Amino acid sequence: MSSSLHLESVRLAYDTPRGPHTVVDDFSLALAAGDIACLFGPSGCGKTTVLRAIAGFEPVRAGSIRLGDALLSSSQIHLPPEQRRVGMMFQEYALFPHLSAARNVAFGLRRLPRAAQRERVAEMLALVGLADAAERYPHELSGGQQQRIALARALAPSPALLLLDEPFSNLDGGTRERLTAQVRDILKQAGQTAILVTHNEAEAQAMADRIGVMHGGRVTHWQGTAVA
Amino acid sequence: MNIGGRYGGLQAAGPAWRCASFLIALGVLAPVLTLAWLAFGSGVGHWGPLFAHVLPQAALNTALLLAGVGTLVLLIGTGCAWLVTAHDFPGRGVLHWALLLPLAMPTYIVAFAYLDLLHPIGPVQGAIRWMLGFDSPRQFRLPDLRSMPGAIFVLGFVLYPYVYMTARAMFMTQPAHLMEAARMLGESRRGAFFRVALPLARPALAVGLSLALLETLNDIGASEFLGVNTLTVAVYTTWITRSDLAGAAQIACAMLFMVVALVWLERSGRRHQRFGSAQRMRAVQPRRLRGGAAWAATAAAALPVLIGFVAPALYLVWESAKRLRQGGGISQGLLASLGNTLALAAGVTVAAVAAGLVVAWAARTQGSGINRARWQARVATLGYAVPGTVLAIGLLTPALAFDAALATAFGWQGLPLMAAGVVLVVACTIRFLAMPVGGIEAGLSRIPPAIEQASRLLGETTGGTLRRVHLPLLRPALAAGALLVFVDAMKELPATLLLRPANFDTLATWLYAEAARGTYEEGAIAALAIVLAGLLPVVLLARNQLGTPAATFSPDTP
Repeated sequence: MSSSLHLESVRLAYDTPRGPHTVVDDFSLALAAGDIACLFGPSGCGKTTVLRAIAGFEPVRAGSIRLGDALLSSSQIHLPPEQRRVGMMFQEYALFPHLSAARNVAFGLRRLPRAAQRERVAEMLALVGLADAAERYPHELSGGQQQRIALARALAPSPALLLLDEPFSNLDGGTRERLTAQVRDILKQAGQTAILVTHNEAEAQAMADRIGVMHGGRVTHWQGTAVA
Repeated sequence: MNIGGRYGGLQAAGPAWRCASFLIALGVLAPVLTLAWLAFGSGVGHWGPLFAHVLPQAALNTALLLAGVGTLVLLIGTGCAWLVTAHDFPGRGVLHWALLLPLAMPTYIVAFAYLDLLHPIGPVQGAIRWMLGFDSPRQFRLPDLRSMPGAIFVLGFVLYPYVYMTARAMFMTQPAHLMEAARMLGESRRGAFFRVALPLARPALAVGLSLALLETLNDIGASEFLGVNTLTVAVYTTWITRSDLAGAAQIACAMLFMVVALVWLERSGRRHQRFGSAQRMRAVQPRRLRGGAAWAATAAAALPVLIGFVAPALYLVWESAKRLRQGGGISQGLLASLGNTLALAAGVTVAAVAAGLVVAWAARTQGSGINRARWQARVATLGYAVPGTVLAIGLLTPALAFDAALATAFGWQGLPLMAAGVVLVVACTIRFLAMPVGGIEAGLSRIPPAIEQASRLLGETTGGTLRRVHLPLLRPALAAGALLVFVDAMKELPATLLLRPANFDTLATWLYAEAARGTYEEGAIAALAIVLAGLLPVVLLARNQLGTPAATFSPDTP
């Protein structure tokens, strides 16, 4: 289900009135299926831009992004986000405020028959331990609950790759520690390839198999952690 | 001293303020209460003939018109708002505010212009015939504009900005990550719009739609010129042609039910508008369109502006220039109507801003608790929803009774208040009071209570504080409110038609009379003057509401 991910010499830039402004240059990364990597670094180092490029929200100026056998991005090719089989958990969770928790989770399952949808939603809600919150709306959920619904929603369509953008930054300390371990367990259980972006070192250590320390648009060094 | 209210620590307004505020609220309610009394008090037997002959057809016409205009304004308003918010194409920078321009066009002026523009022997049909190689209207003509579809077309293309405005404000504040989340879950751009952006904007659309439909209900000129016998037209003819006040009141009552339904739609929309905008987040970035798609987008967004504003405005300029070139200049009658219009608008502005200040001030200085003055402020601002004809019919009875009492008490002749135009000023004040009250309340809420407390501690009274502290700080709000009221009073037609003194014409009634007679003489000049004045508040609106947030460039948004 999960796939390996390869980024080769990727360059990312923003258009400005004075021409393109390069944010990330010569960025390479290889991730085996089922691995969890973390991009770690201060604000403005380009880590979120890399994530958005993998998701398909930023064009690639040079280099390529491959997921398994599929070419997602190069300077010529840009697969739209909805065709990439990539899931994402947003920093602000981005739960749809007009839909209940269950319907948020079901959002990406439209191509499945009704019965299969219901089954998958129940399975996902059980996985994140929120089976009883199915009919509640996002504003009726606590921060930690919202975060887990966002995870269930991202995992429901079985993406080949999951992106997590500062997933714990809106939570208080205690909840954060508990959820970090829980989320890692859930991802490992599902054999999910994932990339996490954070500026919190403890979070990076607790979640990832490998940590790429970023600075000025490049990974300065990789550290594997003992938790593999 | 009232401590712990919304503006904790402010002293309540004196009894004089509260009494004045109460009287203003009562004045706004008076026409509605009168209508109920007239319609139901005159015996149920009276309803018979009206129910059989006038009401069903007029109510059906009104319902069809509302449904058609509603559909059209939703399509144009929502479509253009999304086009301009989520896409970048040539001319977007101009079109995003130009789409508001039809607000400067009163419905009766657009109808007036299009009747001539689209006349079988007018310029548009002539050009089409020339291109197709026909030479007589008998061989080829477009469907007649004087019809229900024609009225829907004309009203839809000038009233869509109400939906455009609310939809655009909503789309601009919708966080981009919701749309991105939908894309990550396998939705195309189109799918994300229909499954996320549109459902989230539904409350805003309801607000815009109800405002556009209230305008449709208020309209008298366009429906009458285009031969659509709506309830508004029926009220007018029942009173003016048949002098049947009770009958007119009954039709007006039927309209009030529609008004209540629309106001309910608007209020429920506003209540649900809290979605999403709690946190300040990155908004949707426009996507650059290229090639044919870009020009198609430009054409699609420009079409409503062309139909709703540019074409009729050019027509008015052209006709006015032609008239002025032909010599004769401007007639005495038109000059007199211009003077009347300005005098009426000035009177209404002074009255509405003063009343608005009283109501907003009384509401502000009440603390928590029952809060009667805040409730009064809500009542006082209901007038915007009451169609002009309904308001006029409701005001006639109390005004006539009051006039008769004055006449006997002082031995005056005739109807002193009606003849002096006081009743007309009152009616317009009631109808436009919501604008200054809203503006002044917003202005007052931005003045911290500490400023007022400081003034009181320095020995100033409540009234003195208002004069020396709040009024200077409120000047922008007062000026904006005054401008809006002034221009709306200049454009007002339905209430003016019913309540104006004998031989008193405004620019709007002048135009109405010409269009009703079918003589297109100086009407275009009158219309042009109204449209030029109407542009002022649109400029104000474009600057306030649609000021594009400064493009924030951030290489990384962690």
